[in-house]
Amino acid sequence: MSTPDTPTAAPTEAEITDPTAVPADVRPADLQDERLIASQGFGGWASATWGRLRSGDLGSLPVVVGLVLIWGVFYALEPAFLSSRNLVNLSLQMVAVGTIAIGVVLVLLLGEIDLSIGSMSGLAAAILAVLFVARETSVIIAVLAALGAGALVGLLYGTLFNRFGVPSFVITLAGLLALLGLQLRVLGNQGTINLPFESSLVRFASQQFLPVWLAYVLAVLAPAVYALSAWRRNARRAEAGLSTTPLSRLALRALGLAAILIIVVAVLNRDRGVSYMFLAFLVLVVIMDLAIRRTTWGRSVLAIGGNVEAARRAGINVKRIYLSVFTLCSTFAALGGIFAASRLASANQSSGGGDTNLNAIAAAVIGGTSLFGGRGSAYSALLGILVIQSISNGLDLLAVESNVKFMVTGAVLLLAVIIDSLSRRSRAAHGRA
Amino acid sequence: MTTTSPASVLSMTGVSKRFGAVQALKDIEFGVDSGEVVALVGDNGAGKSTLVKCIAGVYPPDDGHVVFDNSPVTITSPAQAQELGIATVFQDLALCDNLDVVSNLYLGSEVVRNRALDEVTMEKESWRLLRELSAKIPSVRIPVASLSGGQRQTVAIARSLLGKPKVVMLDEPTAALGVAQTAEVLNLVERLRENGLGVILISHNMSDVMAVADRVVVLRLGRNNGEFRVSDTNVQEIIAAITGATTNAVSARAARKAPQEEQA
Ligand SMILES: Nc1ncnc2c1ncn2[C@@H]1O[C@H](COP(=O)(O)OP(=O)(O)O)[C@@H](O)[C@H]1O
Ligand SMILES: [Mg+2]
Repeated sequence: MSTPDTPTAAPTEAEITDPTAVPADVRPADLQDERLIASQGFGGWASATWGRLRSGDLGSLPVVVGLVLIWGVFYALEPAFLSSRNLVNLSLQMVAVGTIAIGVVLVLLLGEIDLSIGSMSGLAAAILAVLFVARETSVIIAVLAALGAGALVGLLYGTLFNRFGVPSFVITLAGLLALLGLQLRVLGNQGTINLPFESSLVRFASQQFLPVWLAYVLAVLAPAVYALSAWRRNARRAEAGLSTTPLSRLALRALGLAAILIIVVAVLNRDRGVSYMFLAFLVLVVIMDLAIRRTTWGRSVLAIGGNVEAARRAGINVKRIYLSVFTLCSTFAALGGIFAASRLASANQSSGGGDTNLNAIAAAVIGGTSLFGGRGSAYSALLGILVIQSISNGLDLLAVESNVKFMVTGAVLLLAVIIDSLSRRSRAAHGRA
Repeated sequence: MTTTSPASVLSMTGVSKRFGAVQALKDIEFGVDSGEVVALVGDNGAGKSTLVKCIAGVYPPDDGHVVFDNSPVTITSPAQAQELGIATVFQDLALCDNLDVVSNLYLGSEVVRNRALDEVTMEKESWRLLRELSAKIPSVRIPVASLSGGQRQTVAIARSLLGKPKVVMLDEPTAALGVAQTAEVLNLVERLRENGLGVILISHNMSDVMAVADRVVVLRLGRNNGEFRVSDTNVQEIIAAITGATTNAVSARAARKAPQEEQA
């Protein structure tokens, strides 16, 4: 999971290390088993990666390939698709549903689902607008109230789930309707509430961009922090007598990341730049990724997604984890609703309606988080929403009607689910379930 | 007699457990002293695993009194059992297939450093523990789904040794193991006894039971059906208690083959 350098490729004759060639005690503690296939140098890395892919451990490869294809097709049909102007638009459009998708990743990791995220985001938008515009409270209070409503709804779901053992899709299906009703009620007979264009929220969501220099500094800083932490981890592993990742590979990864980030920043800066809201979304993704991979809480979430009974017997407080995840998911949905209302400068009866719900779930799944629980990463929210929003944005540019848009998005989701199921079967056959 | 022993670490009386119409356990009396190995034996479906799960907090018993470390307790959850110092290797192995060996070993008791998981320490300790058990596991960073039955069994056993348990329960730990590893597990059981732990061992293999146990408790159809000190009993007597008859399929077969198997 966390050591991509683990050599686990299927054996091919040339690679099997001769156990007599190296005295056992010279090798690091985790590489002494003679059945392990050494993955030295680039060739070893390549063959290990190939073996992993072949066994169905696809990771994010299908999404990346899919994204390149989608961008290629749209660029061929309409070159403006890859213009800086459109890519900045894309970066603004994807934030709201992408944020909701982060919460979806969390519930999917548990092997559960939340079908009411769209309604929840709509309700949060309504609460925000009513408090901020009609009641004239401060922004902070309006935002906190909207987020608090999300947290409360999530707590309620978690409690119902823990207490009565009702499947989460039933609870949240009921929630979908109830929250929609609540949203209409909160909006009252006005139906639509517009947020003033000069308000800080609207400006944050559409007009505030990082200074050029700051964007570049961050694009260099992020890979540097990555490299530093990987290097420190290497040092600790060496001290503990464990294998380390070759420095060349670390440097390659850090430089690759830096190259990608700098290109993204350069392209976006040719137009308006990197928006603060987009940066906030990226930061949330990184934080949740660390929470999933590096904390006891995240480990518990993955364990429950893999085998609830085992997690329970290991002494994990399973109910507390369910409660926390449902709460987080609804809160992320509320935050997504706040972003959406801010970007569109309005909350109305159809906020959070339409395809919001399915797009958020589709984003998580397309990004590579398994519907079957226990597998996935926060980055799938980012990758998945990039795919979905690219399709939506591209079809809009081509002035295709929304009925086609729905069908195309549906087909992509179906494809993602099929890939998920197939790779699950293949993992089972290759012992990587 | 076990319940009054000064060294008693765990003792229970009148423990019952029902599953719907099935009375899986009825009025069970059971206990283990520190520094003692108790073998729990019985035919399939006798209720051994159910008793283990009652002690481990997986199924709270319907009835009965449990005394742990000289104070009465009601064990209602696995977390509570672990806090008390009861470690368990379940027969239906409780491992998460999607997680790697290290994560499984430390599940529920992860080592934390600066509020993040300390993977390096956990991996290092995992190797130490697995080497101690002579485990043949090529890598601790592969999902346990890719391990063989015996390797998974070893991971489950290693799991139970983390922390500082006072009682270790092993439900058919050697069922999936090879010859060398079975011997290793029996050595481990003896080492645990030397360290003053109470060990509850479930096994169908009578020679293993006779080799390491101090005492044998027999369950039959969910009830106590005899208790023997290994020093003054023999396999025939235990088998008779397990099957509930002095003449049965096993002893009849043994009698036919008597000359060559007498000494075993
Ligand atoms: N979760 C359960 N639900 C219903 N019946 C069970 C359950 N677990 C065990 N039993 C029943 O309890 C009895 C004892 O089972 P068990 O303790 O597994 O026996 P063993 O001595 O072979 O380990 C069996 O009749 C079994 O069918
Ligand atoms: Mg059993």
